[in-house]
Amino acid sequence: MRSILSMEVIRMKKITVCLLVVFFSLMAMTVPLWAVSPPAVGGSLPDFKLPAPKDSADKNYLGVSGSFFSGPFKIPQIKANVVIIEIFSMYCPYCQAEAPTVNSLYSRIESSPALKGKIKLVGIGAGNSDYEVGVFKKKYHVAFPLFSDGDFNIHKLMGEVRTPYFIGVKINPDGSHQVFYSKLGAFESVDHFLNQIIRLSGFK
Amino acid sequence: MKKYHHFLIVNFTFAALLMLSLTPNAFGISDAYKNNIYNPGILKATDSKVRVKIGQKAPGFNLPAVSGEKVSLQDYFGKKNVVLSFVPAAWTPVCSDQWPGYNIVKDLFDEHNTILLGITVDNIPTLFSWTNQMGKLWFPVLSDFYPHGQVAKRYGILRSDGVSERALFVIDKKGIIRYMDVHDINQRPSLEILIKELEKLK
Repeated sequence: MRSILSMEVIRMKKITVCLLVVFFSLMAMTVPLWAVSPPAVGGSLPDFKLPAPKDSADKNYLGVSGSFFSGPFKIPQIKANVVIIEIFSMYCPYCQAEAPTVNSLYSRIESSPALKGKIKLVGIGAGNSDYEVGVFKKKYHVAFPLFSDGDFNIHKLMGEVRTPYFIGVKINPDGSHQVFYSKLGAFESVDHFLNQIIRLSGFK
Repeated sequence: MKKYHHFLIVNFTFAALLMLSLTPNAFGISDAYKNNIYNPGILKATDSKVRVKIGQKAPGFNLPAVSGEKVSLQDYFGKKNVVLSFVPAAWTPVCSDQWPGYNIVKDLFDEHNTILLGITVDNIPTLFSWTNQMGKLWFPVLSDFYPHGQVAKRYGILRSDGVSERALFVIDKKGIIRYMDVHDINQRPSLEILIKELEKLK
């Protein structure tokens, strides 16, 4: 009787161990989904594509479509030396408040012969549909291209950052790229931010 | 012994499935809220039985607003269309997004001669602190705190834990409910659909 009981206990222990192994391997599979970090300075962007803009002014600005190509593109394919990505949301009060400042940044770049065409801006609306991104663009007269990320797919790849979040990417002549700025929060002064971008990217 | 095995298997399977399913989308991500948003996790999509119907007269109410005044639904009858936006609770992820979004589309509401009334079952001081983070809101925010959730209960959208559903009601100038959406509490309703419903009002 005793040995039957102890055999049963051993069997139970084995089952428990098996279940624990299954459980922890499932955990190991899911944890990386949660533990994605924001793009690190010195590293590269996660792998994602944006759809070719419908607006021809946006297309020309980004330089991502020739006469033969107008499909989805990656950030390093943008014709620029430096790309500043803003992760925003139409629903985020800080992004709303920051919109005029980001617009000034865009105007400052576009009005400088040394910077125009070399530093470019794109916005990605985390959890926003095309309609919602359109509302934001119209409300704040945003002149640079904005993209929707309705299912938070890009936002998840970016480590689910809070918003607004700014990422500076340097694009090298050989097509490689490097993140040189990755920071949460509004920038108070356009001049200060732009100088930082110029200095950190090594762009002259 | 067998019971123990079953218990183990059920428990572990449940835990593992939970781990796989709990990757909620990131609402309430604005830095405006810093780390002050409480995340309740994934909740049961809806948890009440709606007691009003499209085509029916909307039940009236008189609730205190954060601004200090009292707001009656009936006062808008014959004058303006009304959107009631019930959200479950202050300082939670999806709710903290929804109204700041409505806050930048006042012109779309104006265009359709519509007022928005935001309602939760929180008390006024909580609503005051919370909505202060959203910037200045153009629409009244009403407290259905005491008697607790009375209006939500009348509409049949008070959940069993005492918060309201995430629900939208479009009420025309005659006071008739023209559209309602008792939404999955975990998701933000589409702005586009709501605006299309306003376009249908004449």
